[in-house]
Amino acid sequence: MTMLIEPDFGTPVSKKNENVTVEIDGKSVTVPAETSIMRAAAMLGNNIPKLCATDRLKAFGSCRLCVVEIDGRNGTPSSCTTPVTEGMKVSTTTDRVQKIRRGVMELYMSDHPAVCETGDECKMHSMAKEVGLTEVRYEGKTHLGLVKDETNPYFTFDSTECIVCNRCVRACDEVQGTFALTIENRGFEARVSSSGTSFIDSECVSCGACVQACPTGALTEKTLLTIGTPTRSVITTCAYCGVGCSFKAEMRGDELVRMVPLKDGGANAGHSCVKGRFAWGYATHDDRITKPLIREKITDEWREVSFEEAIAFAAAGLKKIQAESGVDSIGGITSSRCTNEEVFVVQKMVRAAFGNNNVDTCARVCHSPTGYGLNQTFGTSAGTQDFESVEFSDVIMVIGANPAAAHPVFNSRMKQAIRRGAKLIVVDPRVTETVKSAHIEADYHLQLLPGTNVAVINALAHVVATEGLINREFVNARCDLEAFAEWERFISLEENSPETLEAASGVPAAKIREAARLFASVPNGAIYYGLGVTEHSQGSTMVMGIANLAMATGNIGRKGVGVNPLRGQNNVQGSCDMGSFPHELPGYRHISRDDVREIFNKKWGVTLRPEPGLRIPNMFDSALGHKFRGLYVQGEDIAQSDPNITHVHAALRSMDMVIVQDLFLNETSKFAHVFLPGTSFLEKDGTFTNAERRINRVRPVMPSKTGKSEYEVTCDLSRAMGYDMSYAQASEIMDEIAATTPTFSGVSFEHLDRMGSLQWPVNDKAPDGTPTMHINEFVRGEGKFMPTPYVATLEKSTRKFPLLLTTGRILSQYNVGAQTRRTANNIWHSEDILDIHESDAEMRGIKDGSWVKLSSRVGETIMHARITDSVPAGVVYTTFHFPESGANVITTDYSDWATNCPEYKVTAVEISPSEKGPAVIHPHEIAGDSQLDSIIRMANQIAANVPKATAPEIEVAHHIVQFWTPEMRERLHADVDRSKLDPIVLKAMELESVK
Amino acid sequence: MSTIIYVPSDSAAISIGADQVAALIAQEAIKRSLDVTIIRNGTRGALWLETLVEVVTPQGRIAYGPVQPEDVSSLYESDFLLGGAHPLALGATDEIAWFAGQDRVTYKRVGIIDPLSLQDYESHGGLVGLRKAITQSGSEIVAEVTASGLRGRGGAGFPAGIKWKTVLDTQADQKYVCCNADEGDSGTFADRILIEADPFTLIEGMTIAAVAVGATEGFVYLRSEYPTAITRLRDAIEIAKSAGVLGSSVLGSAHAFNLEVRVGAGSYVCGEETAMLESLEGKRGVVRSKPPLPAIAGLFGKPTIINNVITLASVPAILADGAAAYAARGTGRSLGTQVFQLAGNIARGGIIETAFGITLETLVKTFGGGTLSGKPLRAIQIGGPLGAYFNSSQLNVSMDYESLAAAGGMLGHGGVVLFDDNVDLAQQAKFAMEFCALESCGKCTPCRLGSTRGAETIEKIISGVDVPANKLLLLDLCEVMTDGSLCAMGGLTPLPVKSAMNNFPEDFTGGAKK
Repeated sequence: MTMLIEPDFGTPVSKKNENVTVEIDGKSVTVPAETSIMRAAAMLGNNIPKLCATDRLKAFGSCRLCVVEIDGRNGTPSSCTTPVTEGMKVSTTTDRVQKIRRGVMELYMSDHPAVCETGDECKMHSMAKEVGLTEVRYEGKTHLGLVKDETNPYFTFDSTECIVCNRCVRACDEVQGTFALTIENRGFEARVSSSGTSFIDSECVSCGACVQACPTGALTEKTLLTIGTPTRSVITTCAYCGVGCSFKAEMRGDELVRMVPLKDGGANAGHSCVKGRFAWGYATHDDRITKPLIREKITDEWREVSFEEAIAFAAAGLKKIQAESGVDSIGGITSSRCTNEEVFVVQKMVRAAFGNNNVDTCARVCHSPTGYGLNQTFGTSAGTQDFESVEFSDVIMVIGANPAAAHPVFNSRMKQAIRRGAKLIVVDPRVTETVKSAHIEADYHLQLLPGTNVAVINALAHVVATEGLINREFVNARCDLEAFAEWERFISLEENSPETLEAASGVPAAKIREAARLFASVPNGAIYYGLGVTEHSQGSTMVMGIANLAMATGNIGRKGVGVNPLRGQNNVQGSCDMGSFPHELPGYRHISRDDVREIFNKKWGVTLRPEPGLRIPNMFDSALGHKFRGLYVQGEDIAQSDPNITHVHAALRSMDMVIVQDLFLNETSKFAHVFLPGTSFLEKDGTFTNAERRINRVRPVMPSKTGKSEYEVTCDLSRAMGYDMSYAQASEIMDEIAATTPTFSGVSFEHLDRMGSLQWPVNDKAPDGTPTMHINEFVRGEGKFMPTPYVATLEKSTRKFPLLLTTGRILSQYNVGAQTRRTANNIWHSEDILDIHESDAEMRGIKDGSWVKLSSRVGETIMHARITDSVPAGVVYTTFHFPESGANVITTDYSDWATNCPEYKVTAVEISPSEKGPAVIHPHEIAGDSQLDSIIRMANQIAANVPKATAPEIEVAHHIVQFWTPEMRERLHADVDRSKLDPIVLKAMELESVK
Repeated sequence: MSTIIYVPSDSAAISIGADQVAALIAQEAIKRSLDVTIIRNGTRGALWLETLVEVVTPQGRIAYGPVQPEDVSSLYESDFLLGGAHPLALGATDEIAWFAGQDRVTYKRVGIIDPLSLQDYESHGGLVGLRKAITQSGSEIVAEVTASGLRGRGGAGFPAGIKWKTVLDTQADQKYVCCNADEGDSGTFADRILIEADPFTLIEGMTIAAVAVGATEGFVYLRSEYPTAITRLRDAIEIAKSAGVLGSSVLGSAHAFNLEVRVGAGSYVCGEETAMLESLEGKRGVVRSKPPLPAIAGLFGKPTIINNVITLASVPAILADGAAAYAARGTGRSLGTQVFQLAGNIARGGIIETAFGITLETLVKTFGGGTLSGKPLRAIQIGGPLGAYFNSSQLNVSMDYESLAAAGGMLGHGGVVLFDDNVDLAQQAKFAMEFCALESCGKCTPCRLGSTRGAETIEKIISGVDVPANKLLLLDLCEVMTDGSLCAMGGLTPLPVKSAMNNFPEDFTGGAKK
């Protein structure tokens, strides 16, 4: 194994279509017009000496090493800044340019350490040798006495090695877009500066672009100094967010020295963020559990045992439960943090070994409405574009997402597009970093009240429909015209006008009209959205509303447009693709489809059940009724991350066999009977699928710390349960996925290794994948407009709970913090903080930085307050990264009508000053039959949200049959007090299918 | 009838008491019950005669100077209002040899008119060029400017017409005209004098440029050290706007042109055109690599005409009188007139506008009158701090672009600075490097590090340390800076150094000169 040194052509690739042919040192080369001489030479294998040039950054021309001579021209222009022209003859090694290079290096070395701390990492000494410099004749003042800045936890800045090439400053500007770095002073005194303060106090977001760009040891990863120079590298994929950045894991032996973003990375094109680049230390943290643990009762101490014993114990427990309470009394949850292969195997175990469809995934609580909404409208559950597409957009609408914090690498790409002139519309209750940052400000910030997304999207669509802005050509050619006509009639109703909806959303009608006109008026409008769309009682409606708007304006099926969910976790897309939902088999095919079940029946040698199994919240409800008693949880801390934690804890506590497979003991493992140690992404062999449907390889860079692969452990349990399942290697699992799932039919590890990555569908029609979907027709044939009536959430501010809480993430921490809390990232964010507007704070006597009690109808917690104008009056905001603050003690069990995705983004709360420290105050008690309550609420919610036009009861019935378990349907008929049900539900219950 | 008296409001004149002179003339008139109208014109350019008071008499404008405040009452005693005799009386201004020997084309109104009177401006031939331009096509105007042979007066001498044509031919939704008035060369002041004395000429020139290429926005990048010029130009722009010369319809035509003054922040290198663009965009004044040429991708990435004040101010006359009249002046490829600025140790300093081709000797002796100290003339630096030092045996050089280049120098912005025999050229060479070290933007290595190493090395030569080796090193360094620097700042710094070494070898032998 060796180090991968990616070639550096010095300047970015030219996007011109015309070619020119030039001669460099007598060799002819044909390149796109406007290619630099440097790049053209590099394509001939002629690497002209350079220090300030790198192909990730625009040519700058400062070091003057790359000078060349051109026939017929005076002077010695720099080859990085000089484009080739037809017939140009260039000489790169004349005596004159060699002399300049030696002279330049002599100047450089007269102000450079004789020996560099970072060794070969600093290119200066090797460059001096390369240009033939043997002696430095100057002596004079130098910068060698300057003090290192070691304030950043991950990298150092040593100005003595700095050559002021500006690569770091340019990277911060051109790649990251933060503008934290600059050059201070001029002439000899010109120095790189984090804008007059230390790195840690600066605006630096620690993305690492500057460190990567630095050609010397001035900016260096601290691990490079403590561990030493890496000796080999492995290309793999980041395990944080859904951007799915490709990295080179640079190793020294089995020790990871650093993660360097891969220039060739399909998703990140060489960029990274603080988490992927630096916050990987958790993977080898001392807290890792590497041996299986078991216990009889959750009040017992854990006992370390062998895998064999743990598996036998778990299998016996599960079998006992099934024997006592039936086949449906156990289930499993797959993890969006795990590989496609690991997820596939868990859902297979549930369906084949457990013998039911009680499998769900943590995507339930984030992007399940995306799956539902895009499936209904476009016919498949995925974003339509690749990330590169944003570079072609004229207007970018970001709804309920804060990519600056949660998808930083995509955000950098988006910011570049905006700085080049694309317009930005942001729909968000808060003034986020996405709304306003260095050199970026949203053209329209539609600052809506939490919970009113559908009001805003309907108002926008109303303007498009009623002001003659519909792209009829697109609609007529591509969409189901009957559904469109119905939608057009619906959306044109006065009830959907911006003026009518202004009262609900709080967004001025005039602003909505202007934003809608802007979006509809440009050639390419793109929509990006996040959990601020999905995690609502109308999450699925909103996704369909977005799809409607995109279709109505003709913004589907080419670069620069589309509907793009920004996925929260590395493999949300993949875990959904892999059949993790109780009603779907891999590839989003409903479990009721005989033809699809037949494929798996044959392959797996089983008979799959045709009815959907339990969703996660249904599992909890059922557990509280002691009918659901055993759960296999793969890499998800449901006891911290799921809403209304009190309810979750009670459900977990009532189960008899909870098996947790994870890296660390976590909140959920407190309720577990078996702990199966998992593997970090550095140990895994498999694939992650990112938000652009890009399947990326995850490669083991070090041996498994547990001695086993995670999928092997799942297979072991499956076998112990009586179903034989085994794979010699991860690639065999992908082969099985490909063999059973048409959208993956062309995927294999071999193909991925060859291509780097592939965007599904990968099949006979698109052998190398599909960057843009729905190009000539929608996956479902015709795009289907869906009416999207705005139904206000039941969660409303009241006299008792007058404020609306919304939750989100920040840059340095990640979700429940299991990883980032075990890194130096805590330096930036060490606790969850409540953001509150000045007027709300003042009214309650709350001071900036004081403790406050946060209470909702389901629980209470305490945290520090921060007074800020990033939230409007009436709205408060916090993150959910720390178990201590337990933000989800507060969130309720309200959820999306179609998918049960929790309504994390809206909770009515009250805030009051508090004396106490950060302890979670005991949550409120749970009483009654929660499953029955959920069934009533869900049924009525479906009735309220289905389109009302014709026979809504058929829609309701259809929905219930598609997504509810037979048991839930039975209880709807047998146990529910009918006076509590919506008349439409009652009518639906009359229909034969529901019975 | 009121007698009109001109007292310059030029910064240089004010610095030696012009405001007091004006105030005293007014006070004295009241005291004596005389009816006078004082017009604060700009300087006529003879700084050695400031404060130059002119009285309008039936015989024309009669000059008195240099007038000190204490001379005012004696002027009244001598009936200067009628052109009476006085020790400071110089006769008719136009007949003073120093003025009579000049060929004022671009500066023909400088010092003659009330700088902020558009009426005065028009009655002296102003707006004729612009009125003609708005009836012509862009390419006709550009052709006229090209035919005039006008070259950039900022220093590079690039043909203005060719630059304009590039901007004209580049398609864009927005184009700009930028005037470089960051006049930072030591010994130069022509830009300031024009802006203070005749700002409408610059405005007219820029407007013609805008009309020619289809630019609608213009900026004058004016150095902060010129507060009077800043105020005057801003006032003039307001007047021009109100009069419809600037704005949405230039003189009632379909052309729109808005003009704004942007004040530089005290960096010499911002006079380099691309650094100026960066500064205008609100960024650090750092030099850009070319290509792209500013004419294709300049201010905010749009096609931009960048010309110096004198270049743009020459355009109204070219349009008004025709290219041929302008091109009839000068020599070879240096056509038209040049505004020389005589400074340093000189008896009669100021601006001399003449056709190209005048000898250095005529300039410094006939016009300049030799050194102010009266000691022998030893060195002349032509073209600012980056220009070459000539010795007294080189006075026959013709003052035009090509001849100066052939003699190892350059015209630059037309500054001519005299030194008597007290000067030590090794110190001057060191100063050139130090100036570069201080003013380098710090982008390219040869300039950023080379300038400091150059000053250190020259210091070693002066101190007699390894003189031959250090001279060789200095020459190597000069070669790297000349060939390797990104812009003229580092690229030309070797010019004063090498010319000093070549023309004054005796100053580089190590050890103190005297």
